[in-house]
Amino acid sequence: MDGSHANAAAAAAGGGEGTQRTLNPYVTGNSVIAMKYKDGVIMACDTGASYGSTLRYKSVERIKAVGKHSLIGASGEFSDFQEILRYLDELTLSDHMWDDGNSLGPKEIHAYLTRVMYNRRNKFDPLWNSLVLGGVKKGPKGDEKYLGMVNMIGTHFEENHIATGFGNHMAVPILRGEWREDLTFEEAVKLIEKCLLVLLYRDRSSINKFQIAKITTEGSTIYPPYALKTNWGFAAFENPSQGAVGTW
Amino acid sequence: MAGSMELPAKGGFCFDLCRRNAMLEKSGLKMPGFLKTGTTIVGLVFKDGVVLGADTRATEGPIVADKNCEKIHFMAPNIYCCGAGTAADTEAVTDMVSSQLQLHRYATSRESRVVTALTLLKTHLFNYQGHVSAALVLGGVDVTGPHLHTVYPHGSTDTLPFATMGSGSLAAMSVFESKYKEGLTREEGIQLVAEAISAGIFNDLGSGSNVDVCVITQGGTEYLRNHEEPNPRTYVSSKGFSFATGHTEVLSTRVRQIGPVVAEGGPVVAEGDVMEEGL
Repeated sequence: MDGSHANAAAAAAGGGEGTQRTLNPYVTGNSVIAMKYKDGVIMACDTGASYGSTLRYKSVERIKAVGKHSLIGASGEFSDFQEILRYLDELTLSDHMWDDGNSLGPKEIHAYLTRVMYNRRNKFDPLWNSLVLGGVKKGPKGDEKYLGMVNMIGTHFEENHIATGFGNHMAVPILRGEWREDLTFEEAVKLIEKCLLVLLYRDRSSINKFQIAKITTEGSTIYPPYALKTNWGFAAFENPSQGAVGTW
Repeated sequence: MAGSMELPAKGGFCFDLCRRNAMLEKSGLKMPGFLKTGTTIVGLVFKDGVVLGADTRATEGPIVADKNCEKIHFMAPNIYCCGAGTAADTEAVTDMVSSQLQLHRYATSRESRVVTALTLLKTHLFNYQGHVSAALVLGGVDVTGPHLHTVYPHGSTDTLPFATMGSGSLAAMSVFESKYKEGLTREEGIQLVAEAISAGIFNDLGSGSNVDVCVITQGGTEYLRNHEEPNPRTYVSSKGFSFATGHTEVLSTRVRQIGPVVAEGGPVVAEGDVMEEGL
C-alpha cells in the first residue's frame, strides 16, 4: 500500500518519462513551533505563505488534524503539504475501512511520513517540507503524548519541543531554557507566544497573524487566527542618529 | 628602484596580486581559509551605561583553536568593542582605532567619544569594501551619555538599545527580544547579557566555553573576565598528578658530547666568527 503511494507519486511527478526534480520551492510557509504540555501537544504557526520575497497569501492554514489523534504542521513548499495531506487522507481512509476499532496514532503517522519523505529524497524528487507531527493516544502506559518532526531529506526525531525553519535558530534556545514537563495550557500558550513574537520581530517572512492548535485525548482544536501585540516604544528608536550622524 | 633610499610603504592592503590570484583560482588552486571566531557577542544599554558580553571560543573550521580567547577589546578607558568575524581583522582594526583614539586624546585633552571610534571604524571598513571581515559591537559612555553601536564588515552601522552579532547572534537575540526592557539595573543588565551569551554558547556550535562581561558607566569600567564558566572540566582527578622519577622505566642511558666543552671564562669565539663592525 505504501509502495503504490510512492510509485504513484513518482509516476505523476515524472510524467511517465524523464525525471522531474523539485529544484526550488515556490510558495513557502514559515516556521512551525510545537511543544508537549500537561494535557497533550500544542502547535502554532503564522498564517502566511510567501512567493519568493512577496507575501502572497495571508490566510493559509498550515496546521491540520490527521485522524483522531494527531496534528500535522508544515513549513516549506505549500503545494507539497497539500499533496501530503492527500496521502494522509488515503491512509486514514483505508485504515478506517479495516473497521477493527483501531486507529492510527501519531507515532504511526510519523513513521509513515518519514518513509514517504526519505524515499522521495532518494529519488531526487523531494517533498520540500519540514513536517511537525504531534498527538496523544492511549497506550499501554496510559495517555502517551508524542511529538516528532521529519524534514525534506528524511531526518526525523522525537522531542519535547520542536521548531522548524527560522524557529530552529530563534525559538529553540527559548524552548530549551524554559520548557517544563508540567506546563498548563495557559503557560504553554504564553511560552509559544513568546517564541512567535521573537520570530515576528526577526524573521522577515513572518506575519502578525497566528494560529494555535492543540490536541488532547478529547480531540484536536484549531483556534481562529489572532494577532500579537508588538512593542516598538524604545527611547533609543525614537531618534537613533542623534548622537551619531550617518548611522541608522 | 635605484639608489640607496627606499620609498616608504603605502600601507594597508596591496591589491597588485589580485589578478594573478584570480587566474590561479580559475586553474584549480584552492585558496587557504581564514581563522574565524564563530562567535556570540552582545551589548545592551541599561540605566547607567552599557554592558557588553562575549563568549570565548575561537574556531578554525571545525576545530576549537582557542578555548578562552578575549573578544572584548579595549578602545579607550570608557569605550570597549566586541569583535566577531576573522580574528586577525578584529584584533588589528580595534588596535588601530584604539591607537588613533589615544593620539586624538593627546591632541584634544578630552575623553574619547564613542561616535569618534565609530566613525574611524566605519571609514576604515568601508574603504576595504568588506574585505576586512570584522563585525563589531561598540559600546561606551562619554560626556553625551551611553552609546551602543554595531558595525558591519562593509562599513554600515546601527545605533541600538540592544545588539547581537556573530554566528550565535540569533540565539542571543531571541533572549534579548523576549526579555529586554528599558531602564534595567546593573545586576539585571549583567544577568541578561550572561543569559544571552549562554544561549549562544549552548545553542550555537561556533560559540562556547566561558562568558566575558564588561560594564561601562560614567564612573568607570569593570571588565569581568570569565564572569561565568558554564563549561568546567567534568572529571578532574582529586589527587592531582605527580611525575616523580621512577614513573617511567628507564631502559638504557647514553650521554654524548654535542659540542666543545665551554671553558670557565665563557664560550670561546673563533676568530672568523667575530662580527665585523663598521660596514
